[in-house]
This record gives sequence, structure tokens and C-alpha cells, in this order.
Amino acid sequence: MLEYRTVSQIAGPLLFVENVENAGYNELVEITLPNGEKKSGQVLDTRKGLAIVQVFGPTTGLDVPNTSVKFLGDIVRLPVSDEMLGRVFDGLGNPRDGGGPLLSKEKMEIVGYAINPYARDEPSEFIQTGISAIDGMNTLVRGQKLPIFSASGLPHNDIAAQIARQSKVLGEGENFAVIFAAMGITSEEANFFIESFRSTGAFERAVMFLNLASDPSMERIITPRMALTAAEYLAFERDLHVLVVLTDMTNYCEALREISAAREEVPGRRGYPGYMYTDLATIYERAGRIKGKKGSVTQFPILTMPGDDITHPIPDLTGYITEGQVVLSRDLFHRGIYPPIDVLLSLSRLMNQGIGKGKTREDHRGVADQLYSSYARGRDLRSLSAIVGEGALTPEDRKFLHFADIFERRFIGQGKDEDRSIETTLNLGWELLAEIPESELKRVKKEHIEKYGRRYRKEDANQ
Amino acid sequence: MGIIYRVSGPVVMAKDVENAKMYDVVLVGEEGLVGEIIRISGNTSIIQVYEDTSGLRPGEQVRNTGSPLSVELGPGLLGNIYDGIQRPLPVLKEKSGSFIKRGITAVPLDENKRWEFIPALKAGDDVSPGTIVGYVKESRTIDTKIMVPWGIKGRIASISEGKFTIRENVYSIETGGKMIDLGLTQRSNVRFPRPYREKLPPHVPLITGQRVIDTFFTVAKGGTACVIGPFGSGKTVIQHQLAKWSDTDIVVYVGCGERGNEMTEVLVTFPELIDPRTGGPLMDRTVLIANTSNMPVAAREASVYTAITIAEFYRDMGYDVSLMADSTSRWAEAMREISGRLEEMPGEEGYPAYLSRRLAEFYERAGRVININGSQGSVTVVGAVSPPGGDTSEPVSQGTLRLTKVFWALDASLANRRHFPSVNWLTSYSQYHSTVGEWFTKNVSPDWNIYRDRAMALLQQEEELQEIVQLVGPDALPDRERVILDTAKLIREDYLQQSAFDEIDTYCSLKKQNLMLKTILLFHDEAMKSLEEGITLKQIMSMKVRDEITRMKEIDEKNLDRILRIMENIRNEFSSLKGGK
Repeated sequence: MLEYRTVSQIAGPLLFVENVENAGYNELVEITLPNGEKKSGQVLDTRKGLAIVQVFGPTTGLDVPNTSVKFLGDIVRLPVSDEMLGRVFDGLGNPRDGGGPLLSKEKMEIVGYAINPYARDEPSEFIQTGISAIDGMNTLVRGQKLPIFSASGLPHNDIAAQIARQSKVLGEGENFAVIFAAMGITSEEANFFIESFRSTGAFERAVMFLNLASDPSMERIITPRMALTAAEYLAFERDLHVLVVLTDMTNYCEALREISAAREEVPGRRGYPGYMYTDLATIYERAGRIKGKKGSVTQFPILTMPGDDITHPIPDLTGYITEGQVVLSRDLFHRGIYPPIDVLLSLSRLMNQGIGKGKTREDHRGVADQLYSSYARGRDLRSLSAIVGEGALTPEDRKFLHFADIFERRFIGQGKDEDRSIETTLNLGWELLAEIPESELKRVKKEHIEKYGRRYRKEDANQ
Repeated sequence: MGIIYRVSGPVVMAKDVENAKMYDVVLVGEEGLVGEIIRISGNTSIIQVYEDTSGLRPGEQVRNTGSPLSVELGPGLLGNIYDGIQRPLPVLKEKSGSFIKRGITAVPLDENKRWEFIPALKAGDDVSPGTIVGYVKESRTIDTKIMVPWGIKGRIASISEGKFTIRENVYSIETGGKMIDLGLTQRSNVRFPRPYREKLPPHVPLITGQRVIDTFFTVAKGGTACVIGPFGSGKTVIQHQLAKWSDTDIVVYVGCGERGNEMTEVLVTFPELIDPRTGGPLMDRTVLIANTSNMPVAAREASVYTAITIAEFYRDMGYDVSLMADSTSRWAEAMREISGRLEEMPGEEGYPAYLSRRLAEFYERAGRVININGSQGSVTVVGAVSPPGGDTSEPVSQGTLRLTKVFWALDASLANRRHFPSVNWLTSYSQYHSTVGEWFTKNVSPDWNIYRDRAMALLQQEEELQEIVQLVGPDALPDRERVILDTAKLIREDYLQQSAFDEIDTYCSLKKQNLMLKTILLFHDEAMKSLEEGITLKQIMSMKVRDEITRMKEIDEKNLDRILRIMENIRNEFSSLKGGK
């Protein structure tokens, strides 16, 4: 291992090292500052005689003549073992909880390899989160990646914590772990999660990787990869069902943009690099199930949409990779509805695989579709009635308007500790649908109306 | 032997690569990662590498294979699943486990399986490129024809019959005193279109069983279509539906930079589905290419070419082939990423200046053609585009719209209210109507186009009336116009909407489409007539038969006479209304 004192240039987080004998692409480096302090970094570009190194952490104190750089001959790896559970690490995988470092012979490359699509198993096990807007309308399944599209000031942390607390698969003993990766969130937010995990006993089943707002932004590039490497180990080597919460992906993307700008790359939309889609995919695609393995990796990334704009590159590219999205609405939030999930904008692409007879209930698809279309109609009428007045609506239309209101208050709205079973959720759906004339229920099967919906209907109320 | 000089992500520069030619395939580094030369400057070759380059360092060697990126074509393709450079994923799984590791090579076709070859020609027959010398029965419905490779002309010296592996000599051709031994496969350069004799105008519709497509925005066999929409608008579901139900002999599906779990869904569901035309499993006519978003970006760039070359191979046998590419935006982004690494001067939004040329070259490989062996075949291309933020003014959407004849515009607001397929009927278009219209009148019903045009006119009228409703409310409209609104709603909800996940509704025959539309328009005509005779709107709105119209979708293809009965019921209920008045 050679040590170089040939730094020629320092630009933002990048270090240009000259006369280097063949550094490897993505190779890990150790940087020694003039005052003896050590930092780590990674090779971003290598050619004969020059390596560009991305430094994790601030470049304060680095200089040209005295800084030395050691190429470690290996790419970044995370030591993995069962001992990780219950531990708190920093964004680079060093202990943050005062405990000793992980002693493990097994080290995994954090640049995850792509799962062979042929080796993937179809995600189809329903996860009950206890939240009606998700379970009923945008069902989550094991191995899915379902992000929360939030915005500043909205209660995405409460929702994520509630999901991490309540999630369970029907009819199965629990063999789960939660991995929590924080990128650039405040210590207050991080403490909220730690407390939430502690108070429910989930802490012993959790591994936390914390890069807080005050920590170096460059570490954020590594943090989610550390977390997902740990997740893949626990899922596919240790047979656990792992739920990964990544927050806040917006901060991750900003860090990516920072490096790209420092490298003077051609910027894509809003200054984010053109390869951001591919880069995000190498994070989000690390979810799923594998044939012949018991465990699974389910991802719950959280991102805040800058300016509440869903077309911003961060939510946009995320939505193109993930299997749906849960979108939070400022409007519902202002009206005091928790969780303020806009079900019309939300989507779970894997819902069909996880619901129906033998999984949730036979009427699930129909009920969800009917709730959607009825609520969509009610919402349209709400904007219409704002212009022409409720009086100009037909009596039938007024029923839909009313439906939209009670749907938001009673179906979407629920308590922060309220854990609804899927039965409760679906029955609640039928109860609310009873407000609508039966002839308008086009999405549900006749026999399901008889079996599940009839009891909520007041007799000849709509005739 | 070349020596690596620089590594930057998927782009590697090497000095002194032997006989470096553009688009030569090279093996990079100690692990032998597969790459392709994409630029040469002096003695430096610039290589895009199809695998992850982590750990690769300057000083390692680069070996030139001397041949361009090509695919191996022959029996064993059908039902298989490949990555972007035609490595079979099941074999990769055997070799490296659940994750795709670096530097693994795999032969595209099974080398051990013995195929029964049935010759069509005999020794002494003259052959030229493309001539079919015999065939292998690959599945119950598909014969893989064995064709003379490009550039070989002469006389068959010997031809055998019996069981052969793809590596054995099956026939020999004598050409200019030389003897060439040939087998069941051939190789084809992916970046060049396979030759054909002549392009024909497409005039036969591709039947998809999707009402909004077949009735309103038809694509012709050998034509091109694009489906453009923001995330969550149902692009992938439409592509899957087309792959499942299109009435072509062969389907090539390329998942280019998309989700791994989606490819798994295809792999799980297709083998269970039965092709309605042949009764065999759908997988038997399907070739899958899966280069998911986290697989190497350069292989994603190649995946589209691999797919279309395979499609052309089956076209050359005289088959109708359809190719679904999901998503061409990811393909374009792969080009952008590599172009950026090469530090090329960017065009619009960072895409390379040659983006539109590449798109054009790709879509131009579609078509109904007379092959060089005289048979007729077609390749229909359906490309999905995922515009950032759903804004179609971006380069990939615009470049694609200039080329494709059919545009299915997916609409987020329709998708959000779960109107699927969310094809917007006002902004979508098909330029094939005039050419395929005659086929429908001849083969389905003489009135097909009339009903189609009437329904479209009603939808257009609805749009205008909705503007008034937005201002004054529905009550202010006269009854006649409210009937139009009502009919348009029936067309939207009970005809255009179609559930891909419903066992019956997932596929709707042309016959059923025609009957359903007739029924809705019959109701409309009767309603209009009865208004004149003093029946009130309220009476029409509460008619019992409306419920039957709503549930027409659920009628099995075997019981289509039940739709005729609904029409009967419409007439009866209207006349009893009039009688009761």
C-alpha cells in the first residue's frame, strides 16, 4: 500500500492526487491531514498518474503539501453480523452509540450487485400497516419499495414511525428487523425515531445509520448503501424480514448534486446530474424477495418535495423507479386529518399481488376501486360546487359530495396509535359506501354487496 | 494487448488495443468485463463497459475479440430471458447465484439440447442469403426456420435430417469452389438492421383486445406506436397487456432500465397464461430482455438493439412480430450518461446531439416487409416514454412523436381517478385509421367505422359541454345535451375503462367491442327519440336496463348473444316507458 503526498488540487469535496500508480475505480482511500487526523474517501475517476478522490466529510484542514493519501486496495465494505441489531452507527458505519466497533470476519461490498431478475420471487405477502389509506387503497407487500412523498412541515416522520411500529404480516410469527438510515435529518428528528423504537421495544430489532444535518454531506452518498448492505445481509443470509426506512432522500440527492457540480459535469434538470436516475435505482432496486431465501427487503424511503412540487426531479425520478408512492397532502393536513394521505395521487403497483381471497379478503379490489372512483367524483364535485354552489348540484351529486367528506374524516383519518385490521378497514369502506345509491356501485361485484355491504344499507333509503 | 489508461464509471479508456475498430467487443481487465469500443482517438480506444467497473484500475489489460456486438439467433430463444447483451439470466443465476456478479460469460442458447431438424431443401438446390433450408419445431405453434446467413450464396452440397445440437454441422453450402459448413444458428450484428427486400404499407390492424386501442387508436401490424405518460399512469400495464394479447406470432419484450419486480411479474404470469389464438402457453411465443434500472447502464443502451435484432430474425422467417420497449426514456438516458462521460458537447437537456437520429434508426426498423427470401413478415414497435414530470415537451417525447404513427397519451388525472387504461381520448391519435378501416368493415362488421366515429364525436361534444357545466352547473343544460353527457359517461366508464386484472375483461374480442359500442349508442338513440316523445330525463336516468349496460364487460366471450338480449331489453323498456305515459 503506497502513500502519496502528491495532492495537486482540492475543489469542494474532491481531492486530485497526482503520480498515482493505478488506483482502482471506487477504491477506498485513507487521508491523513497535516495535524494527524484521518479521513476516508473513495476514488471517483482514475487514470494513469491521476486519481480524483471524493472525501467523506469536510475538507477543512486539508492542504496541498502535507496531506497524505493512502490507497487501501479495496472498495468500501461493511462488516456484517447479527450483532448489528440494536446498534447505532454513523453514516459511514462507525459506532455512534459508544459501543465497540463491529468485529466480523464477513465484510460485504456496499456497492450492491443487481439481483438477477430471474432469481427474484414475486412479492405477494400483504403487510398490514394498520393505516386504512395504505392497507385499503395502496396496499404494501413484502419486498416492495414504497416511498412517502412528503413536504416540509408534514407529519411524514409520524407516519413512518407508525408503519415501522405496526407493520405485520397476517398469520405469521415475527422474524423482522428495522433498518433506519438517516441522511441529513435533524438530531431532533433522529431522536424522535430512536425514542419511538425504544418505547415499543423495536429498538433491539433495529439497526440505525445516522448522518445528521450537522454531519458531512458527502457521507450521505454512502449512508443508504451501508444500510441496504446491512439489510441484504439480514434478509438473505439471516432470513429476516427487513423494513428499511430511508430519510430524507432529498438530502441524498442534494449531496449527489454537490459532487457532480464539483466535478464540473454537464448538469441535467435543476442542476442534478444526468445519471441520477441510475444512481437512485442502485438504491431503490435493492429491495425484493429472492427465490429460495426466507427473508425480504421492503423499503420505505421518505423524501420531501421541494416546493410541494411532485414534478421536481427528486420525486419524479423516484416515482419512476419505486413501486408506487404515498403522497401527503398539505390540504388534508390543514384540515386536521391524520395521516394526510392523498389517496388519489398515491399508488401501490404491487397491490394486486397482495390482496384478494386468501390474502386479505375477496372484495378488497372492488371496494378499493369503488372508494377511489366515488371519492374522485366527490372531489370533482367539490371544486364544481365551489363555483356554481351546492344548490346547483343534483341530489345524487350531493350524496357524492357528502361521501368525499366522510371518507376523508373517517376512512383516511385515524389516530396515531390506531392500528386497524384489514377487516376493520374494508368494513369501514362498505359502511361509507352505504351513503351512495346502490346503482352507482359499478366497481364492486353484486355478490359482494350482498355479502359485505348489505348490512350497512338503510332499507330502501335510496329508492 | 491494450492497457487501461483511465476508468470513469462505465467508460474506460485504453491505449494500444490491437486492431481496434469501432463497435468491436473487448474484454476489459483481469475479470474480462465485456465492453464495446465506441470511440477511437489516435491509439486510445474509448470503451463502454457492460458491467460494474468498481475495482478496475489503470494498467490492467484489454483484449479485443475482433467482432462487433452481436446476438446468436436460433432455436432456444423462445421462452428465454436475457440481459441487455443476450446473456441468459437463468444461466447467470446458476453461475453466480441470486446476484449478478462481474465477468461472467454465458452462451445465449442451450448448447446441449438436441433439436429435430426437418429439411425443406435437398442437396443440389441453389440458395442465397435468407433462403429457408428447413425448420425446427420449437413449440406446438412456432417453427423456427433455419435460414442461410447473410452473405452466403451457392448450392447445397449436403443436408442432413435428424436431431442436432446448435453446435453441430447440419448442412453445407458450396460456394465458388469453397465449402461452408452451417448449423442451426447464425449471428447478427445488433447495430445493423437485418436486410429485407421491400417495405409494404401496413394495412392489417394489430388486434390487442384492448377496447380503447382497437376501436379508437389502432396500430397496424408493422407500424409504430408510442405510449407516453408520467409515472403511475399505467404504461407498464398497457405494455404487459399488449405483450399478452397482441395477435402476433412472436412477442419480444424488453424491460429497459425498469423495475426488477415487474420483470418477475412477467416471468411468473406469462407461463400460466394461455394464448387465446393458439391455446399454447404465452411464454412459448415470447422472448424477454430484462436490463433493470440498477443493471449496468451500457448494457441498457444495448438492450434495445438486442431486442429488435431478435424481432427482425423472426420477421425474416415470415412471422408477425411485436416488440414492446419499456422504457425508451431509460434507453435515451443511458445514451446521455455515456455521452456525458465521454465529455461530448451536449444537445437539449444534456442528451447527446445524436439522440433523435438514434430514435429514428430504431423505429425505422419496424415495418411490414417482403423479406429477402420472398416471405412476408412484420415488426410492430411499441415504445414507452417516461417524460420527466409528465411534461412531453422534453426531447425524448418530442423525438418519438415525430416518428411514431400512433400516440397513446396517458393522462395522470385519469389514472388518479382509476380510469384505466388512462389513454386520453382527446389527445391520443392514430394515423392508421384510413389504412386499416377497410379491414374492420370486411372482417368484423360493415358498421365498425360508423359507430367508432359517432362515439368519438360524442366524446368531443362532452368535452365542450363540460366547459359550460363548469360555469353554470349541469342543471342549466337542456335535456338533449344532458343525454349526450350521459352517453359520453357510459362510453367512458363502461367502454373505455377496461380492467387488466379482471379475468374476463382483460381481453375483449372485436366482435364484443362492436356489440358493446352498438348497445351504448342504441341506448343513446332511443333516449334522444323518447325525449321528443315526452319522456323525462329522470325516467331515462332511472331505467333498469342501465345496470345491464354497465355490466356488459362481465359477459363471457362465449355468451355474446347476451349483449343482443340487452339491446332487446333497451328497446322494450323504452317502448314500455312510452306506452306507460
